[in-house]
Amino acid sequence: MDMSEAGRAAPAGGEDRKGRDGRSEQATVCCYCGTGCGVLASAEGGRITAVRGDPAHPANFGRLCTKGSTLHLAAAPGGRALYPELRGARATAGVTAVTAAVSTAVSTAVTTTRRRVGWDVALDTAAERFAAIIRRHGPDAVAFYISGQLLTEDYYVFNKLARALVGTNNIDSNSRLCMSSAVSGYKATLGADSVPTCYEDIALADHLLIAGANPAWAHPIVFRRIEDARRANPDFSLTVVDPRRTETAELADLHLQIAPGSDVLLYNAMLHVLLAEGLADQDFIRDHTSGFEALQAQLGSYAPGEVAAACGLPAAQIVEAARRFGRARAALSMWCQGLNQSHHGTANNAALIHLHLASGQIARPGAGPFSLTGQPNAMGGREVGALATILPGHRNIDDAADRAELARLWNIPALPGASGLAAVQLFEALAAGRVKAVWIACTNPAQSLPDQARVRAALAKAEFVVLQEAFADTETAAYADLLLPAASWGEKSGTVTNSERRVSRVRALVPPPGEARTDWAIVADFARRLATRLERDAAAFDWRDEAAVFAEHASLSAGRDCDMSGLSHALLERDGPQQWPFPAGAQQGTARLFQDKRFATADGRARFAPIGFPAAHALLPEPVDARHPFVLTTGRLRDHWHGMSRTGKVAALWGHAPRAEVALNPADIAGRGLRAGELVRIANRRGELVLPLAADAGVVAGQAWIPMHWGSASLAQPGANALTSAAVDPASRQPALKQAAVAITPARLPWRAAWARLADSPAAACTLQESLRPRLAGFAYAALSLTGRERNVVLLEIAAGAAVDAEVIAGLDAAFDCRADDAQVMTFDDAARGIAKRARVAGDALVALRLAGEVQAFGWLAAAIAQAESLAPLRRWLFAPLAQPPLGLAAAERTVCNCFGVGEGRIRACLADGAGLEGLQQELKCGTACGSCLPELRRMVAEAGSGLAAAAA
Amino acid sequence: MRRQRLVMVGNGMAGVKTLEELLKHAPERYDITVFGAEPHGNYNRIMLSPVLAGEMSLPDIMLNDLAWYGRHGVMLHAGYTVTAIDRARRRVRAESKDGEVVEAAYDRLLLATGSTPFVLPVPGKDLPGVIAYRDIGDTEAMIAAARHHRHAVVIGGGLLGLEAANGLALRGMDVSVVHIGGWIMERQLDQPAADLLQATLEARGLKFRLGAHTGELLAGADGRVARLRLKDGDELPADLVVMAAGIRPNTALAEAARLRCERGIVVSDTLQTVTDPRIYAVGECASHRGVAYGLVAPLFEQARVCANHLAGFGIGRYQGSVTSTKLKVTGVDVFSAGDFMGGEGCEEVVLHDRAGGIYKKLVLKNGRLAGAVMVGDTADGAWYFQLVREGGSVAAMRDHLMFGQQCAESQRGPSPADATTALCA
Repeated sequence: MDMSEAGRAAPAGGEDRKGRDGRSEQATVCCYCGTGCGVLASAEGGRITAVRGDPAHPANFGRLCTKGSTLHLAAAPGGRALYPELRGARATAGVTAVTAAVSTAVSTAVTTTRRRVGWDVALDTAAERFAAIIRRHGPDAVAFYISGQLLTEDYYVFNKLARALVGTNNIDSNSRLCMSSAVSGYKATLGADSVPTCYEDIALADHLLIAGANPAWAHPIVFRRIEDARRANPDFSLTVVDPRRTETAELADLHLQIAPGSDVLLYNAMLHVLLAEGLADQDFIRDHTSGFEALQAQLGSYAPGEVAAACGLPAAQIVEAARRFGRARAALSMWCQGLNQSHHGTANNAALIHLHLASGQIARPGAGPFSLTGQPNAMGGREVGALATILPGHRNIDDAADRAELARLWNIPALPGASGLAAVQLFEALAAGRVKAVWIACTNPAQSLPDQARVRAALAKAEFVVLQEAFADTETAAYADLLLPAASWGEKSGTVTNSERRVSRVRALVPPPGEARTDWAIVADFARRLATRLERDAAAFDWRDEAAVFAEHASLSAGRDCDMSGLSHALLERDGPQQWPFPAGAQQGTARLFQDKRFATADGRARFAPIGFPAAHALLPEPVDARHPFVLTTGRLRDHWHGMSRTGKVAALWGHAPRAEVALNPADIAGRGLRAGELVRIANRRGELVLPLAADAGVVAGQAWIPMHWGSASLAQPGANALTSAAVDPASRQPALKQAAVAITPARLPWRAAWARLADSPAAACTLQESLRPRLAGFAYAALSLTGRERNVVLLEIAAGAAVDAEVIAGLDAAFDCRADDAQVMTFDDAARGIAKRARVAGDALVALRLAGEVQAFGWLAAAIAQAESLAPLRRWLFAPLAQPPLGLAAAERTVCNCFGVGEGRIRACLADGAGLEGLQQELKCGTACGSCLPELRRMVAEAGSGLAAAAA
Repeated sequence: MRRQRLVMVGNGMAGVKTLEELLKHAPERYDITVFGAEPHGNYNRIMLSPVLAGEMSLPDIMLNDLAWYGRHGVMLHAGYTVTAIDRARRRVRAESKDGEVVEAAYDRLLLATGSTPFVLPVPGKDLPGVIAYRDIGDTEAMIAAARHHRHAVVIGGGLLGLEAANGLALRGMDVSVVHIGGWIMERQLDQPAADLLQATLEARGLKFRLGAHTGELLAGADGRVARLRLKDGDELPADLVVMAAGIRPNTALAEAARLRCERGIVVSDTLQTVTDPRIYAVGECASHRGVAYGLVAPLFEQARVCANHLAGFGIGRYQGSVTSTKLKVTGVDVFSAGDFMGGEGCEEVVLHDRAGGIYKKLVLKNGRLAGAVMVGDTADGAWYFQLVREGGSVAAMRDHLMFGQQCAESQRGPSPADATTALCA
C-alpha cells in the first residue's frame, strides 16, 4: 500500500477534474485536525478509492500527513451506523447495553435491545419525547452536545434548533474540550474570538514560540511549514514550552521543559524580563492597549528567580526565552491543548497573548498569537455560536443587544438569557436529573470527557439519549436510546473553517451507506416535527440545500468581527477557500486581523487581562500527594486521532504506536522497582487503568504520560479519561484534561493470553472487533488492536491474576477461529504449566493464533500473520516460548514511515551502515512522502551519530 | 590349559553378537560350536522389512556369512535343529532335516533360540498362503505371493505387521490389516499417535480393521486361502494371510531340559539361567526380571554382558533396558521410548499438528523425562531417548524441551538473547 500520493503536483481548484489515471477527483478538506488541508479525493463505484493533497489549497499546497493520506482507507465500510435504531422503554440501571449489532458490557449502561426503525418513527419518537419533556420540565430540561467535526451548516441548524425553537442555551460542543480557553483568552485580550494570524506568518516570523502543542504529531502539515521556515531563514529560532520532550521539542533551539500547570508563572516571568530589559514596546502599550498598569502591579512577584522553581526551569532559560521573543523582528506564538486544557486555561492564553501586546509582536506580518485547533471545524462552531457560552456571529449571551438583534434576525420574540450548560456541567446536570434528554451528535463523550465513571453514570441515568453518529461502534453508542445514522466524510457537503479563519468547501463524493443522512438534514427534519408539536413555525427549518443554510448563517455574521456575509457556496466554488472577514461586496478575504492596530474592544485597545494569579489558582487541578505521587499528563500520537473511531479502523495507522502504554521517566521506573513492559495499575479516586509501562526519558521524573486516543473500545477500562479531572476553567469552562494526580503500582497479572486472526477485509476486521469489545471489560487488562498493511490482523491481548475460565477462552477461540476441534488447528498443551496454544494454518500461511499461559512469541507471530510469512520454516517453532523469531524471521517492529511502511529495525540497520538522513531517504524512501516521520528520523540519525561517536571515543 | 567348549544353540542376531563380543575379549578361551536351524549364516532380521519393501536385498542384510565362522574357527552346523540337552553329561543333540544327528559336548551352553511367531489357532491356519513373518523364508514367500496374487490380509497391527503390510502394499498388493486392539501399535503408541499413523498409512493405500477378531480362514477352489472371515461375520478377500500377532519365546528345548521358564528362559543379571549357571540365555528366548525383549537394542546389551561373563571377567551386569521403537516404514517417522502413556504422577506436554501429520508427546515425572512418543517428526527421538535413559532433571529446559535439542539446549545459555541468536544462527 503506497500512501505516498501527498504532494504530487497537479492543478487544483473547486470543480471536478481528472486525476492521474482518469479518475474523477473532487477537492474537499481533510476531516482530522484543524489545519484544514485540502484533499483531492477520487471515487469509483460508490467508494472513495484514493486521496492526495490538493496542490492549490493554501493550507497544505498538496501535502498530507499520515492520517490525511489514509482518508480513503478510513472511509472504507465498517463499524458504520446504517439504519435508525430505537430502544424500547429503558430498564433501570442494568448491567449490559445491547445494541442491534452487539451486546456491550459497560458496567453502568442500559438494558434492552434497540431495534431497526424507519426515519419517520425515529424522528417522530424523538420529537414526541423532546416535546413532552419541554412541556413538562421546560426547555432547559433538554440539551444538545455536538461536535467540532460537524460542518458549519450542521452546526448552524443545531444552534437554531436549540436557541430559536427549543429556547435553551443548553447546546455545547466537544470544542469545549479543546478550544474554549483560547476563545475566552482572545476575548479577554483582543476583545473577540479572533485568531489574528495566518499560516503565511510562519514563513514571515523569525521567532516562533510553541507552547503546549506538539504539531510535529498533532498538526504535521503546519510543522512542515515550520521546518520550511527554519530551512529558509538562518535567523529563525524556535522555542518550545512543553513538559515532555516531544518530537516538536526535538527541533527547538530552546526547550523549556516546564512543570505542568506553571504556564502563567512562566509567561508572566517572561513579561517581567521584557520589561526589565527594555524589550517591551512602550509606544504600543501606550497607544493600543489598556490595563497594563494593573497587570504590571502584579508582576513584582514574577521575577524569573521567583518562579523558576515552581516552573521546574533554570531562571536563565526563562530569561533566554524572553529575550528571544522580545528581540525578534517578528515573533509568532502557537499553542494548543497544553494551554487550553487547564483549570486556568483562560489565564494561560491571556498570559501568552500579553507577551505579544507588551512587545508589540502583533498586528503585523509574521507576528502575533496563533492558536491551533484540534478539530476540522472547531472554528466554524465558534462562528456559528454553537457553544453554550456564545451566540452566532461571535455574539454574547449576556449582551441583551446581541440577543435582541439575533431574535429579530431569527424572527422570534426573544432568546433565553441564561447561559447554557457547558460540556462537563451538561453531563453533571444529566446525572442530577435536571437535564432529562440529551441529543449527542458526531462525538463520543463516553470516551472523550473527563471522569468517565460520572459521565457514563449520567448517560445511564438519562431518560432519553439520542446519538446522531456515523459509527455504531463508539463507546457512547451503547447508551443511545435512539441511534440516528449520519453521513460521514466524503458523503456530505458543506463548509469548514480552519485554524487561520479559512472557509473551505467540503464535498460529497459518494452516497452515505444504508439509510444514513447528512447531519443538517436530520436536524432540520427533526426541528420541523418538533415545531409542529410545540405549535411553532416549521418553515424556519426549511432549507433547499446546504448552500441555503450557509447563506442564512453568513447573513447573521454581517457587521460582526467574523463577517462572512460576502461568502457563499457559489463564491467558494468559483474562487476557492477564503479567510474571513469577508463582508458583502469584498473581493477577497482577510489574511490578518487588526492591521490598523484597532482591536475588537469598545475602545479599540487590546487589554492586558487582570488574570489575578496565582492567588486565585493552584497550579494543578488537584494536589500530588504521597498516595498519588505522579502528575498524569495526556497527549496525542502521530498516527491516531481523537477516539480512533476513524483512524482505529486503518491497520497501517497502528504501526507507529501499536499499543496503549503509560510512559514514565526511566529513573522513576528504576526507583520504584518497576520494569519497562510490565503491566501497571494507574489509579486515583475517580478510576483506574491498567497499561504496559514504557520508559521515556522525554517524560520528566514525577510525571506520567498516556495518549488520549484509547478508550473502552480497545481497552478493559475507559482509557486516560477514567482518571482525568472534571475541574474546569471558571471562564472558559474547559476541563483540565492535561493534569491529574495518580498512583502507579505493579498490576500483578501474571496470567497472559493473546489471540490474533487475519480478517478477510477491513470491514470484517471491524465486525470482529465489534463482537469483542463487549468482552474487554471482563478482564483486568485487555488490549484490542489491529496490525498489518495490505492485510488486516485483529489482535487481542489479555492479562489476569489467574487463568481465566475455559468457557471465556473457548468463546474467544471461536471468535478468532482457533477451535482445537478443527483439523486445521495445531495445538500445544502443557497442562501442568497452564500453557495452551492454538494456531490455524491455511495453505502455507498462519492465519489465526492463540497463546495462553505464555505469550513471549506473540509479537513476531502476529507479524508473521500480517506479512503472510510462509509457515514452512516457522512450523517447528510456532509454539516455542521465544521472544525473538528463530531462523532470522522478521521480528515485529514499530513502523516509523507509514507512507512506505518502513520499520524501526530497517532504519537502525541502515544507520548502522553509516547512512545519514539523505541515505535513509534514498535507501528506504522513508520520510520522502508525507514527511510526518522526518522529526523522528532526524532524532534517530542524531542518536546513531552520538552512538558512533561514543563507540569511537 | 584345555580350551573350554562353548556350544551355542541358535544362530540369530543376539547369539552371534555374543560370540563377536566374546571373540574380542577372549579369542582363545573357547572352542565354539553353533547350531542354526536356518540354512544361512547370521543375517539382520531387523532388515527383513526393507527387503520385503524392495529397498534392500538379502546380501545387504547378511551380518556374518559362512566364511566368518571359518575365519574365527567357529564350527557352524547350519540347518541343524537341536532336539535335546543332556545337562548331566553336558551334551546337546541336533538333527538335520534329513535326520542326520550331531552331538556336541559343552562346558558352557548359550541358548539363543529366539522366538516363534504366534499363529492364531483358527480354522484354516494351515492353508497354503497363510504364513507367519519371521525369517528369510517367510519374506521370500511374501515376495512370491505378491507377484501372483492381489489381496493380502495382515493379522496384527503391531510393528512387524505394519512393516509387512507396508512391504506388501509397495509390492502392489491390496492390503488390509486386521487388528484386535483399539488402535495400532498399542504397545508403542498412544491413541492420537496411532490415529495419525493410521491416517498416514491409509493415505498410502493400506486398509485397517480395528477391534477385529479373526474367526476363520477360508480356502478357494484351488485350495489356497481365499478369504478371511471375522467373528462379526464380515469377510475380507485374502490370497495371502500374514500372521504377525506377536511372538512366543522358544523355550521348548529349555523346558525339556527342566530349566526354569516363565514367558522365556529365566536368567540372572549375568544372563545365566537361574537353574544351571553353566547355561546362558540371551535374546528373545530369555526372560530377564520378567521381561522378554523383542527389540534389537536390548538384545545387544544382553549380548555384551553375557560375553563379558563368558570371557571370565564377571564384571558386567544386565539391569534391563529402556526400549525405544522406530517403525521401519520409509517416509513414516514413528518413535516412542520409555513410559509414554503417562498417567498418575506424570505431566504431559503434547504438540498436535493434524494438518502437518505431526504428533509429539513428552511424559515427565518428577522433573525428569519419563517417555516420549512421536509421529511425523522424530528428528529428536535419539536425544529424548538419551534423556529418558540418563534420567537427569530436565527442569531447566522444560518449556523448550518439545522444540528439540538445539532449541532446548540453547536455552541453557546465560541469557535468552544469546539463546535465540544461537537459534537463529
